Amino acid sequence: MHLGFSRSQVLALALMVACIGLLPLVLYPVFLMKVMCYALFACAFNLVLGYAGLLPFGHAAFFGTGAYIGAWTAKALMLTPELAILSGGAAGGVLGMAFGFLAIRRQGLDFAMITLALAQMTYFFYLQAPFTNGEDGIQKVPRGEAFGIVPLEPDMTMYWFVAAVFLGGFAFIYRVIHSPFGNVLKGIRENEARASSLGYRANSYKLIAFGLSAFLAAIAGATKTMVFGIATLADVSIETSSLVLLMALLGGKGTIFGPVVGAVLVVSMESKLATIGSWVMIAQGIVFIACVLLFRRGIVGEINRGLRTSL
Amino acid sequence: MDTLFGIPLPLFYGQLLLGLINGAFYAMLSLGLSVIFGLLGIVNLVHGSLFMAGAFTAWILLDTLGLGFWWSLALAPLIVGAFGIVIERTLLRHLYGLDHMYGLVLTLGLALVIEGTFRNKYGSGGLAYQVPEALRGATNLGFMVLPYYRAAVVGISLVVCLLTWAVIEKTRLGARLRAATENAPMVQAFGINVPVLVALTYGAGVALAACAGVLAAPIYSVNPQMGANLIIVVFAIVVIGGMGSIMGSVLSGFGFGVIEALTKVFYPQASSTVIFLCMVVVLLFRPSGLFGRRS
Repeated sequence: MHLGFSRSQVLALALMVACIGLLPLVLYPVFLMKVMCYALFACAFNLVLGYAGLLPFGHAAFFGTGAYIGAWTAKALMLTPELAILSGGAAGGVLGMAFGFLAIRRQGLDFAMITLALAQMTYFFYLQAPFTNGEDGIQKVPRGEAFGIVPLEPDMTMYWFVAAVFLGGFAFIYRVIHSPFGNVLKGIRENEARASSLGYRANSYKLIAFGLSAFLAAIAGATKTMVFGIATLADVSIETSSLVLLMALLGGKGTIFGPVVGAVLVVSMESKLATIGSWVMIAQGIVFIACVLLFRRGIVGEINRGLRTSL
Repeated sequence: MDTLFGIPLPLFYGQLLLGLINGAFYAMLSLGLSVIFGLLGIVNLVHGSLFMAGAFTAWILLDTLGLGFWWSLALAPLIVGAFGIVIERTLLRHLYGLDHMYGLVLTLGLALVIEGTFRNKYGSGGLAYQVPEALRGATNLGFMVLPYYRAAVVGISLVVCLLTWAVIEKTRLGARLRAATENAPMVQAFGINVPVLVALTYGAGVALAACAGVLAAPIYSVNPQMGANLIIVVFAIVVIGGMGSIMGSVLSGFGFGVIEALTKVFYPQASSTVIFLCMVVVLLFRPSGLFGRRS
């Protein structure tokens, strides 16, 4: 069956799947799970940044909502992990539709600022809401049993579960980007006035893209919570919002595999440098600066330009 | 005891003073941000780190050279301002004419580098900085106790803001700056060196942040996070006041300092969110800000 993949895309996809399959033999599975959660987050973020052409500066609101709601439903309501993750995703999606409804009325800097302000309000909501335990966060969230039968406590079982969530999300985003909906979205990004004059309701398209992005970001957040058993304020903080921006930009905004590459690099950098504290901040800052000054297309974006591929 | 809507008056006045002091910092920071955005079109997210760098410069000047508060108040803005000019010449100038996003991301990166560097050297614990001798003590106004230093902060901030306003609105230099904000190529064609003007403006905006940092050093502990905690709120204030509007920044700086403090008295849960709520409302219904105008 031909799904519209180009040969280079098939190769890259095969490489990614092989990595997911083989890397746990040599690398710590918990680290790889973290990478996949952030990669899904970055891909979701890229849907708005890269394909709708809007800069959201508060996606931690959705990631954090997924984390908190996922943690709460798994721990307090004892939902099975897949249901907890779905409820986290649904909560994030609803919040995303609400925020998107407000934010898409403006573009450019205003859009970034509105999403930032709404995300800050979300942060303070979670800081004060009774169910989140404030600074402590929701801890000791049980991984539980997937579909009520498969216990996820062993890291490798959890690993395949997370891999399934990631690949599912990735495939979904790929389909969205390559659907007629995705093409219209790209058209709006390139020239909104022309797309509108052709009869497309630009705002509806942007809103749906934003809602989908928020939903998937929340799925990523909830999955991360299941892996680590904790949801904290860090998940909903502005640092997380800028981290995902860093991943998408470094990898290449508006590319399919870019956010994944960005997430791999950023999470690796974090874990390598974590032992020497504040160097993480400095390294991240330098990467931000280098991205803007040296390769604005991002790593995969530059590869695409050099090899004339569309990865 | 006298009360206002059930709030004891001394508490009320205390919070009001706190609001004015926060407002003084908000005003100086948002003024710089606003001027920089107006001319350079750069959303200067590194502003908070340079505020922090100002406070640290004061601490370092005292620690290594024994220079006191008043010296720092004069020197720190110059030092940090010069550093700002270096930033502008080496990094920011490549971004003019590009999407605002790139300026935002680059300055965010710079902020991380600067904050990380200070954290590396001085740790994340706070360093104490003494209130200058001439301003120690307090006076009893009858209805509240007013520490001299805090009154001085509000006073100095007002003077600095008014001076900045006067320079921009009433001098030849300011006229050139405003002209360059409107149409840089045209001003350049008249023989005015716009790149120098831009670099100096950035330096001046940054110097304002450093000046606020020195003023803040004796009130808050000097620590690497002090700017990051403040910058997002200041940002909201600039947006509310109107990007590029001088008076708008100053008025909404002081105004929101007070609003935030009063919310803390009457409905503490909302004190951190009230500014962001206002920001969303302003962006949706009056995107040019309360005092701004936009073409």
